[in-house]
Amino acid sequence: MTWGVSRLTVVLGHTSALDGVDLAAEPGRVAAVVGGDGAGKTTLCRVLAGLPIAHEGAVSIPERRRIGYVPATGGVFADLTVAENLDFSGAAHGIKNPVAAAGSLLERTALAPFVDRLAGNLSGGMRRKLAVITAMLHTPELLILDEPTTGIDPVSRSDLWRLIASAASNGATVVVASAYLDEAERAASVTVLHEGRVLVAGAPDEVRGSMPGAVVDTESPADLSRAWRRGARWREWFPDGHPAATAPDLEDVVIVAALREGAS
Amino acid sequence: MRAMILKEFRQLRRDKRTVAMLIAIPVILLTVFGYAARFDIKDIKTAVLGPGAESAAAALTEPFEVVIIEESGGDEVARRLLRDGEAVVAVVTGPPPTVYLDGTELFTAQSALRRVDSLPEGVSVEVLFNPELSTTNIMVPGLIGFVLLAIGTIITSLGVVKERADGTIEQLAVMPLRPRDVIIGKIAPYFLVGVFDLVIITILGLLVFDVPFRGSILMFALGGLVFLFVALGFGVLISTVSHTQGEAIQLAIMVMIPQILLSGLIFPLQSMPIGVRWIAYVLPLTYFVMIMRGVFLKATPFDALALPYLALFIMAIVVFGLAVLRFRRDLAPAGRDPGP
Repeated sequence: MTWGVSRLTVVLGHTSALDGVDLAAEPGRVAAVVGGDGAGKTTLCRVLAGLPIAHEGAVSIPERRRIGYVPATGGVFADLTVAENLDFSGAAHGIKNPVAAAGSLLERTALAPFVDRLAGNLSGGMRRKLAVITAMLHTPELLILDEPTTGIDPVSRSDLWRLIASAASNGATVVVASAYLDEAERAASVTVLHEGRVLVAGAPDEVRGSMPGAVVDTESPADLSRAWRRGARWREWFPDGHPAATAPDLEDVVIVAALREGAS
Repeated sequence: MRAMILKEFRQLRRDKRTVAMLIAIPVILLTVFGYAARFDIKDIKTAVLGPGAESAAAALTEPFEVVIIEESGGDEVARRLLRDGEAVVAVVTGPPPTVYLDGTELFTAQSALRRVDSLPEGVSVEVLFNPELSTTNIMVPGLIGFVLLAIGTIITSLGVVKERADGTIEQLAVMPLRPRDVIIGKIAPYFLVGVFDLVIITILGLLVFDVPFRGSILMFALGGLVFLFVALGFGVLISTVSHTQGEAIQLAIMVMIPQILLSGLIFPLQSMPIGVRWIAYVLPLTYFVMIMRGVFLKATPFDALALPYLALFIMAIVVFGLAVLRFRRDLAPAGRDPGP
């Protein structure tokens, strides 16, 4: 079953948080939702999680007990221990001995020695891993993770992506919101949001292939309004193509899409 | 330094609740202290009973306000009228002529006592229910309500706001828990702690301060539990309109201050002008104080306290109901389309 949204529009106060957004996430795959601050990632995640948000458009999600959700704000009870967090979530989902059920995930993420530590006393990375494990405990059909890797050290980030991949390989539909484009490369599909609208969407290869014109790697761009820094060098976009074109990555595609959006 | 002062003012300007507190609290305090904080009694509800009651009543001058005249009444009727709160002073023409005063209406009784001292010899004066006119005896039953209000309002609101600030309320909303499971599960521990506190502070009041308990335990429990619901309701209601624990505390203080000053806990209701007194009658602590003083000190029967119980019960339904509805709004899942 494909879960997602179709023509989703959400207005918060007087601001359009989402404007006609489509997202279709397939079982066993990771769908990345990428965008900057205020792009609408969190609103999309909250709607997918079934939270009470007024919206227009179609939302297709499983029943509540089949959803796992980690909000951007945390997702763990800071004044409960790791084991107590798992106990509570397990009890809510009718799982017997949840700490044992989560044993392999705790081992894999190096959280096993800390089951008696208060979640509030864990490092940021450990807390996020606990949140994801807790959300995965009941093997949800739809797992929604809102910026699980933001502000996390590289080792924890790698652990988190292993968790995400294992959830998908167990058949879950995983939606991951992220501000990092390199993370979108790990997903089966990517939806780039900008100011509540879909900028580009598709499989990473499709998205890269869909970019019109060409991107050139250069030391001195001809037109600064179409150029952006990449390390010590520049990238420049030529709408009508260029003989010295370099293979674009997702960052190039998103910047070009934003340039075109600004020009239109 | 100028930059620092400017920064503080800019931050303060955007913190509308703090600005409201800085302006509203002084205005409330001045209004309350100016009009309500009075111990001088202008009207003393008086019953005149026995043969010649009509002429005796006619002889009474201000501040005695005769509300009951019964030629056939005697000592028993006088005690009953004072117990049920229908009068604060009862004059029985005798023989022997006796003036009864309700000692639980401390300031009224003291005011009346100063005046009856000038009565002719042979008239006996008896202070009922609180013969020593002990301040402790009348304060402790009311203070129980203040403690419950503080626990119910502040602690509950902080507990619920914490879920919102930590983002765990969203976690609860997507878990397979019914909104009523979350609401009851969230409030039940505070309710039980409140009940525990109610018992502990009451026992302390009785043992340490030697406050008498003359009424029905059942009536005490009923009043305490209904009032606890109101206090918890205030706590949840505050939490639904607060984003941080600081905001919740500010609002809780705004809810508590008028109750402390206007409920009759400290200043007698009879001394408040009508323009301020009506506020007292929309505050739950007012009715709790009436009930507890009646139950502790006078063994007032239920039918005489039915009105305060009813008022408290209605407030519990309104405040708690409103709180649950607003809390539920945060938890209820969105309507879900069946999907393609």
